Amino acid sequence: MTDLQHVRIKQMMPPGHIRTPAYLRGKTGWIERKLGPFGNPEQQAYGLKGDPLVLYRVRFTMAEIWGDTAERPEDTLDAEIFEHWLEPANAP
Amino acid sequence: MPHDQHDHLSPSGHPYRPDNDEPLSYWQTMEIAVRELLIEKGVSTAAEINAQIDAMDARSPADGALVVARAWTDADFRKRLLANGSDACREMGFDIGALQLIAVENTRDVHNVIVCTLCSCYPRNLLGLAPDWYKSRAYRSRTVKEPRKVLSEFGVNLANGVQVRVHDSTADMRYVVIPARPDGTDGWSPEQLAALVTRDSMIGTGLAKAP
Repeated sequence: MTDLQHVRIKQMMPPGHIRTPAYLRGKTGWIERKLGPFGNPEQQAYGLKGDPLVLYRVRFTMAEIWGDTAERPEDTLDAEIFEHWLEPANAP
Repeated sequence: MPHDQHDHLSPSGHPYRPDNDEPLSYWQTMEIAVRELLIEKGVSTAAEINAQIDAMDARSPADGALVVARAWTDADFRKRLLANGSDACREMGFDIGALQLIAVENTRDVHNVIVCTLCSCYPRNLLGLAPDWYKSRAYRSRTVKEPRKVLSEFGVNLANGVQVRVHDSTADMRYVVIPARPDGTDGWSPEQLAALVTRDSMIGTGLAKAP
């Protein structure tokens, strides 16, 4: 994935130690910067080494996250999301 | 009279405060057990563990304040800090261990604020231990939903045109805010400037103090 690409956080609810906040799942944002790789925390939580994964900082508008109840729609929120949680924003 | 109707008051007239002697929690017991085992089995020594606690307690927001003050006074350093926060802190001689730091900068148009909704991630290797409120459910849940209201409760009222950027520390990075340099500080030394940089200003729930 290249910079400034629009991405969507996958809408899934697997069990376990997940570091993708539930309030961002299914939301669309854009890549602010690329980081890592870092070990997959979903494996590390169980004493495993953790596959190296690219970590992205994804930026969302408050309007995208909270809809009509956003305090200020044009404010933004950045979060770090691992690559396996991202899909192209235009994916079906 | 030891058991008269006022025995809940101390001689000074204030209510007694309960002793802080609650039973150990499960995890406190676990920590003690693991620590004692590590010492018994020769993996670590009590002196090493105490030294590590002392090293963590020695870290304080004053370290971060020196980093901010240098960024205000040294344009090249500011660029390096924004490009790689960890390397810039190490360059100043701070022992930040494995800390992966991102510095975000407040400007006339942008105000940054840091939160960790999932737990309480905090750049403690630079700033020391997090304030208790940073770990509260209220701060963690409200800052991503109504950051301006939270900021106003901290006494930070932003001008209308300022955009708020919330940063949720969800994974491996930790964050420090470079607050805006106060007006009226031209010609100040980094040491003088550092005295204006508060802990909260580096979380984004405060501004640097006015001179």
